[in-house]
Amino acid sequence: MNDNLLRLALPSKGRLMERAGELFANAGMPIRKIGHERGYRGEITGRPGVEIAFLSAAEIARQLNLGRVHAGITGEDLIAESGRDGATRIELVRPLGFGRADVVVAVPECWLDVSKMGDLEEVAAVFFREHGRRLRVATKYLNLTRRFFSQKGVTGYRIVESLGATEGTVAAGTAEIIVDITSTGTTLKANHLRVLDDGLILKSQAMLARSKTAPWSKGNQAEMDEIVSRLETAGR
Amino acid sequence: MSAEPVVSFEALQAQANALTKLFQGRGYELVAPAFLQPADLFLDRMGESIRGRTYVFTDLDGEELCLRPDVTLPACRVYLARNPLGDKEARLCYNGPVFRYQPGGGDAARPREFRQAGIEYIGGADRERSEAEVTGLAVEAVRSAGLRDFKLRIGDLGLFKAFIGALDIPGRWRLRLHNVFWRPSVFRDLLRKLAASPADPAGPAGAILLAGLDLEDTGSAEAQVCAHLEREGIPPDGVRTLREITARLLDLAADARQPPLPRGTVNLIESYLSISGPPLESLARIADLTGAAGLDLGTPLGIAHTRLDRLGEFEVDMANVTFSAEFGRDLEYYTGHVFQIEIPGPGRAGQIAGGGRYDDLLKSLGAPKEIPAVGSAIHTERLLSAVQGGAS
Repeated sequence: MNDNLLRLALPSKGRLMERAGELFANAGMPIRKIGHERGYRGEITGRPGVEIAFLSAAEIARQLNLGRVHAGITGEDLIAESGRDGATRIELVRPLGFGRADVVVAVPECWLDVSKMGDLEEVAAVFFREHGRRLRVATKYLNLTRRFFSQKGVTGYRIVESLGATEGTVAAGTAEIIVDITSTGTTLKANHLRVLDDGLILKSQAMLARSKTAPWSKGNQAEMDEIVSRLETAGR
Repeated sequence: MSAEPVVSFEALQAQANALTKLFQGRGYELVAPAFLQPADLFLDRMGESIRGRTYVFTDLDGEELCLRPDVTLPACRVYLARNPLGDKEARLCYNGPVFRYQPGGGDAARPREFRQAGIEYIGGADRERSEAEVTGLAVEAVRSAGLRDFKLRIGDLGLFKAFIGALDIPGRWRLRLHNVFWRPSVFRDLLRKLAASPADPAGPAGAILLAGLDLEDTGSAEAQVCAHLEREGIPPDGVRTLREITARLLDLAADARQPPLPRGTVNLIESYLSISGPPLESLARIADLTGAAGLDLGTPLGIAHTRLDRLGEFEVDMANVTFSAEFGRDLEYYTGHVFQIEIPGPGRAGQIAGGGRYDDLLKSLGAPKEIPAVGSAIHTERLLSAVQGGAS
């Protein structure tokens, strides 16, 4: 790794990777992998001051937070989740218009008496008395959930960490409520879950973001300004 | 990651030894509850303010554990391991670390790891005497450690519960107000909502209620809800039963027909919560206020007076005691008498020690019945720094 290079992290797989690649290509900055086809490093043709690291979207948020990369493209949801007090260590530079998804609170469709976050607190108190334990919220978004629930005055719950197939946890009996991303709502519907009226935590999309904790040299800053300006021009 | 703040180990150790000696001298047996505790117990039982700050992890067998964020619950588990029937009186004391997450890694004022010294008096039959004994011993402990110019704040959750219980309001509102007592802002919001318009035109609930739910017959209501779900092709998923869902639908329906909470009742509740001052004077004000409203709080007020008498028999200088009707609102497992030893300081920094009665905790940990219990914990680093600050 060269200390003078601007380290830019891009998604290593899936739709996010494809769209990020197109974005840079359309702005006249085609991205090329270095070495092996399945390698995890790359460069921008004609911009030797930039080094690309291909990482998973969640890892990009983490590395931005820790300042190990200067900038990156990842989901806004993952950025918001990665920091303990919101995105204070990461600056959102530019929404990219793809990778749209909502982070929402959903309850079983059969809970006819629950339509708002405020209902949850009342249900939680009775649930605790009846069952001797808290309502369980299955999610991978521990921080977003804690922040949102606390802001809505809901406290009688506990989080059960779920790293996949979160929508299935309610039918499986391992959680009562879920916090997850949804784009069309089809999966939620298929699992008989309903989003609460005021249960939208975040409207997320892919973001170009900048780490405030990374060591920024003047050269890095100039590279970053140039990249942002080219993306803006191409985006017009 | 920031380093742990350097604490004055020798001074802290000397203080710990002195406190333990005092507690043992008063008949409290020294116990050493485990640092590692099952996560479930804490996560289900503690209030959110501590729950969100508990270090939870999974061990190699997949068991969810936590580092104890508090010693009361582990001490209760020690008691229950020895007395599964919960039929013996016990006085326990401890001194050891607790662990709480602090945003940013913690600092001297908000450490992630600090030592608590505490006492738990479990199974004491004379309730007010037990409360006075524990409160008095906590006061004596901080004084023996060198603390001067502190105040003792006391509150009474039993009195508040009796007050709400005596109000002429629907039972379900009583329950709701009681459930949110812990969070003053939510409590105020609920009061305001009940006073403005109790009806809640909820989405799916509104629909089914309009569809003609029979409110007079709970048995049939449940069948109607069941039929509605079947018609809509909605499976009855999850642990929450149809009976629970129906019960709350009926509450919502009843709210829709209920006139708002009268302004006079709202004022009464707010006046009650605003009472604060010298204990006897405060109890007199509560008696006047509730008497004028036609509420009978004779029994719980009598208990509060007995407690004050007992406190006077211990080493408590009543001139330094403040009664506050709304005190105790962020301590979720307490059920009756609550107290706090405080000095001036920002945020929680001035809270040197606290405690109170927690009658339903042992039952939720597996005791066959409710067991009366009173306890207190001292934040020993704060105590030491207050004492040293006072000396310099």
